[in-house]
Amino acid sequence: MDFIFSHYNYWITIFLMMVGFYIVISRGNLIKKIIGLNIFQVSAFLLYISIGAVQGGAAPIITEGVELYSNPLPHVLILTAIVVGVATTALALALVVRIKESYGTIEEDEIHEHDHSL
Amino acid sequence: MQEHISLLLVVIPLITALIVAVLPRGILPWASTLVATFICVVLASMQLWEVINGGVISYELGGWKPPWGIEYRIDTLNAFVALIVSGIAAITLPYALLSAEKEIPPHQIPLFYSAFLLCFTGLLGITQTGDIFNVFVFLEISSLSSYVLISLGSKRQALTSSYQYLIMGTLGATFFLIGVGFIYSQTGTLNMADLARILPEVTELKTIHTGFAFILIGLALKLALFPLHLWLPNAYTYAPSVITVFLSATATKVAVYVVIRILFYVMPSGFMATIPIGDFFVLLGIAGIIIMSVYAIYQSNVKRLLAYSSVAQIGYMVLGIGLASTAGVTATIIHLFNHALMKGALFMAVGAIIYRIGSCRMDNIHGLGRQMPWTFGAIVIGGLSLIGVPGTAGFISKWYLVLAAIEQSAWISVAAILTGSLLAVIYVGRLIEALYFKPATESQQNLKEAPILLLAPTWVLVFANIYFGLDTELTVGVSEQAAQALKAIVK
Repeated sequence: MDFIFSHYNYWITIFLMMVGFYIVISRGNLIKKIIGLNIFQVSAFLLYISIGAVQGGAAPIITEGVELYSNPLPHVLILTAIVVGVATTALALALVVRIKESYGTIEEDEIHEHDHSL
Repeated sequence: MQEHISLLLVVIPLITALIVAVLPRGILPWASTLVATFICVVLASMQLWEVINGGVISYELGGWKPPWGIEYRIDTLNAFVALIVSGIAAITLPYALLSAEKEIPPHQIPLFYSAFLLCFTGLLGITQTGDIFNVFVFLEISSLSSYVLISLGSKRQALTSSYQYLIMGTLGATFFLIGVGFIYSQTGTLNMADLARILPEVTELKTIHTGFAFILIGLALKLALFPLHLWLPNAYTYAPSVITVFLSATATKVAVYVVIRILFYVMPSGFMATIPIGDFFVLLGIAGIIIMSVYAIYQSNVKRLLAYSSVAQIGYMVLGIGLASTAGVTATIIHLFNHALMKGALFMAVGAIIYRIGSCRMDNIHGLGRQMPWTFGAIVIGGLSLIGVPGTAGFISKWYLVLAAIEQSAWISVAAILTGSLLAVIYVGRLIEALYFKPATESQQNLKEAPILLLAPTWVLVFANIYFGLDTELTVGVSEQAAQALKAIVK
């Protein structure tokens, strides 16, 4: 029981990972897929942030009287990954706009029908 | 200058990409891109020369000592892959001028070259860096720009295939990221050389196993390993011709390089023997070769046919990795190079057909071989190389792969390689039949040969296919040296 509660951040990570992955696979709406992808990416961010945290550690700024700091590196890494995630989302949304313009729909099965009816 | 080559290879295309984006329309964006890529070829050749003669280059970014700072660590393997990437880019660019003019709206041309250079930067960055998180960043730089490039295709399916690639590519990259996180949490380092030093102490941990599983699945998505290849045929079919040439010859190759780097350099030696990963790769490689070659036979679009054949060829490379011997990895590296040559030549020739008739469906190209003899010649020789006929580059890679399989008495692999070649005879044969033996339609009787600017780069690659089929000193020599330097190969 203690094991479950003391690692709650990892459980949340796993939960978000599965939710996000499931949405990407199961939904046919292109926007919903992007939302799923975002949730999936957020789970990775959370994983990194959990790794970097040190129990009882202060923010990694040198202060007198503080001995224990959190590890800043994973947090910095994940800033980079967040930027990549934002860029991916922006590009994906732009593509969806273009798809909507040329197909008139953002449902995957309808797009499929359009391509095959030609 | 000399000691900064490794960094300049990434910085030059990156900065040129920014400049090209703001240049006015006209010939200037193309010319700047051309100059940048040619400088990169020269630098990459110098780098390879230096590594072969002087050993590993280690470049500390910003003067920060590894493993704290990012290190660019160049050995024979990545110097060779960097040369393949920049060489293909430099051959593609003269071709790009006319082909891009035809297929891309004029106001997008500067941005097109800018995205091309960004993709180039990302691919070169992956080869140069010795930091595993940096690999992720460059992987995403190259992937994001290739999504953009693919979406520029003239048909609207280009948009949906780009979107599909984006979803699968991002899933792959995130898997890679999660895996890196797991490994970092146990080792506290991201430097690949440092990881190789620390990992033997912690190989027992489940976290490390899980981390590698995530990393390899992520990479399998990026390199279009069967059955995770679903994005590739559409992306190659609907992308502009130039981009198909460039991506098919470089993008998946670089992902194969990262797999080799992770499996045989970062992973501790002997680790591969404790998990059935080699057999797994052999199995997927064989399945990919056979199933995808059969798929290729039934395609009605030439580009899609070649795309499926690309997935099959990736099967050969993965098979070589799965054999996990020096001979197997050598064969993979040779095929990396040779496949870039043959697919480059074939996609260029198909691009020349698209330039003339605007389509590459099987029933639209009947009899074109008679009107466009040079383009047809390139397809024939490229096709022979794809089959692996002696005297062409394709024969060399298959020969070494078969030898590597025989060495381990892996008879099923040998049979699969030979069956793959026979299936290639059928799909290349179909292509040649349509191009030469079927009568041309009335409207296409007076078709002219493709312009010299498209033919010249195509034939450079065609000659390279023949040259490297006869003189194997460079390819085999370098590949063997690269494979022997990977210390984690035990067999």
